[in-house]
Amino acid sequence: MILDAQQLHFAYNGVDVLKKIDFRVSPGELLAILGPNGVGKTTLLKCINTIHRPRAGAILVEGTDVLRMRPNDIATRVGYVAQRSETARLTVFDAVLMGRKPHIRWRTAPRDLQIVEAAMRHLHLEGKTLRHIDQLSGGELQKVCIARALVQEPRLLLLDEPTSALDLKNQIEIMRLLRHVVSDHGIAAVMTMHDLNKALRYADTILLLKDGEIHSYVPASQVTAAMIEAVYGLAVEIHRINGYPLVAPREEPSH
Amino acid sequence: MHFHNGRIPEEYRRYVGRKVAFLIVLTILLAAALVVAVSLGAANVPVPAVIKSLLGMETTRQTEIIVWNIRLPQALASMVAGAGLAVAGAAMQSILRNPLGSPFTLGISHAAAFGAALSVMLLGGGIMGSNAVGAIQVTNPWLTTFSAFVFSIGAAAAIVGVARLRGATPEVMVLTGVALGAFFTAGTMLLQFFADDVQLAAMVFWTFGDAARASWREVGYMTAATFAVAIIFFANSWNYNAIDAGDETARGLGIRVEWVRTSGMLLASVLTAVIISFLGIIGFVGLVVPHMVRRLIGADHRFLLPASCLGGALLLLVADTGARLLLAPHVLPVSILTAFVGAPVFLWLIIRGGRT
Repeated sequence: MILDAQQLHFAYNGVDVLKKIDFRVSPGELLAILGPNGVGKTTLLKCINTIHRPRAGAILVEGTDVLRMRPNDIATRVGYVAQRSETARLTVFDAVLMGRKPHIRWRTAPRDLQIVEAAMRHLHLEGKTLRHIDQLSGGELQKVCIARALVQEPRLLLLDEPTSALDLKNQIEIMRLLRHVVSDHGIAAVMTMHDLNKALRYADTILLLKDGEIHSYVPASQVTAAMIEAVYGLAVEIHRINGYPLVAPREEPSH
Repeated sequence: MHFHNGRIPEEYRRYVGRKVAFLIVLTILLAAALVVAVSLGAANVPVPAVIKSLLGMETTRQTEIIVWNIRLPQALASMVAGAGLAVAGAAMQSILRNPLGSPFTLGISHAAAFGAALSVMLLGGGIMGSNAVGAIQVTNPWLTTFSAFVFSIGAAAAIVGVARLRGATPEVMVLTGVALGAFFTAGTMLLQFFADDVQLAAMVFWTFGDAARASWREVGYMTAATFAVAIIFFANSWNYNAIDAGDETARGLGIRVEWVRTSGMLLASVLTAVIISFLGIIGFVGLVVPHMVRRLIGADHRFLLPASCLGGALLLLVADTGARLLLAPHVLPVSILTAFVGAPVFLWLIIRGGRT
């Protein structure tokens, strides 16, 4: 077990945003948090990373409660890919090297640079060492952000809508990449998503949020149209094309 | 994670090597500028004599006095002030994520001017005179310096206070700073309105930033402050890089963003307060130097911060030497020249466009 979230409760300005959130993620598992806008998906992700402090509950990463850890120590175990990253005028290599920050004391060691090079190669960024990140495409930038989180050498990877700003080709590429990274390295990943089809295809487990609570927490293969309908308030059908699920709104009878 | 089979890319080694070379070239230029600056003046001291004197070798008594008692303290004061103001500006621009970020944007200099004016009005006053320092002197320079410092720090503390209430975001800090700047400017105007001629002259004179005011003692204090704060800033280079990439990304890297932002703001303010309390207000160095240096060396704070220190020191030293020589035998306060040179340079940077 890498992540064990126990009875999380988060309130903002006296309003309960998340209630009784309880789930676990194992090594090699990719979990997708789904739900309508404003339901608290990103808030949940930030709670796991202690960017938000939950009011109650515990978040165990490999048995240690992150709420009792120093931010720097959390960053050596949990990597976070924010939804939007500013494009400061750094080179790709330096932008990834920044991920070694939790491990760097006074100055970077040769080992830090070697880890960055290996991670960049892993994510097919090796030809872009000295490119400035403000010259990258959306897909390349997202790869840089993922590489940055990976060189933290985390056990748990958190991603806030990793494909939301990308075109279809890049969406597929990033999802495949995440799938491989999680499986190859035996880490756990939690991502928020809006795209049900990508989530059902690439994630192992789906967590559907409704009104700040868990509505369904099931393997991706067991998500039903009724669950999606109950959470999003939209009638859908789940088709299977080439063995992959495809969620489509149910056609309204024409008048 | 299994990322242990990496090799350091040769092109990255060369890239870092070029940045280090740039810092070395700036250091050599600065050393050369120092020697030339000390040699130039009303009484010309040849460069070899200056070098001999600086290295402690035997020279004439007159050379010793000119170098060690007159020119070197002023040259070092302008170097240290330039380094301190520029590094404070570079850190502030990152912390506030605002290209206009500098301790001046936050009203620190306005508070210092008010503190000095209040000291002149209530605690001391000014006297007319004529000496090497200028026509007007404040009667109690240490009290005036102290008062300017206290009000600068007060302004910084007020910003920290508001940031604690409303969150240490760049917007809260900048807007609070602008409000404080307006408040202290109004306060200074009020004092000036009720001041007599000599007091008014002393108040205005104080605001002319001038490296000639510094003796060895002031140079010592400014050097200690600049050295200490710059070391802390250098140690925070990765934190500032991460904040540039966004607060959330920085938090994900284990950085206490509010703490880094608040402490950095406070340190930049203290450093600026120390410098302007001793020398008066020297604008534009803190704003323009980081922008110029960023164009040359990039936005990576590991190199930007030391390069800003060196660039600021070089710029203010050259400006101060120019101010001494331009209208000789009259000596201009360096702050006039920095604004005259700085403003067009800044406009040029804006017109040339691109990222700053």
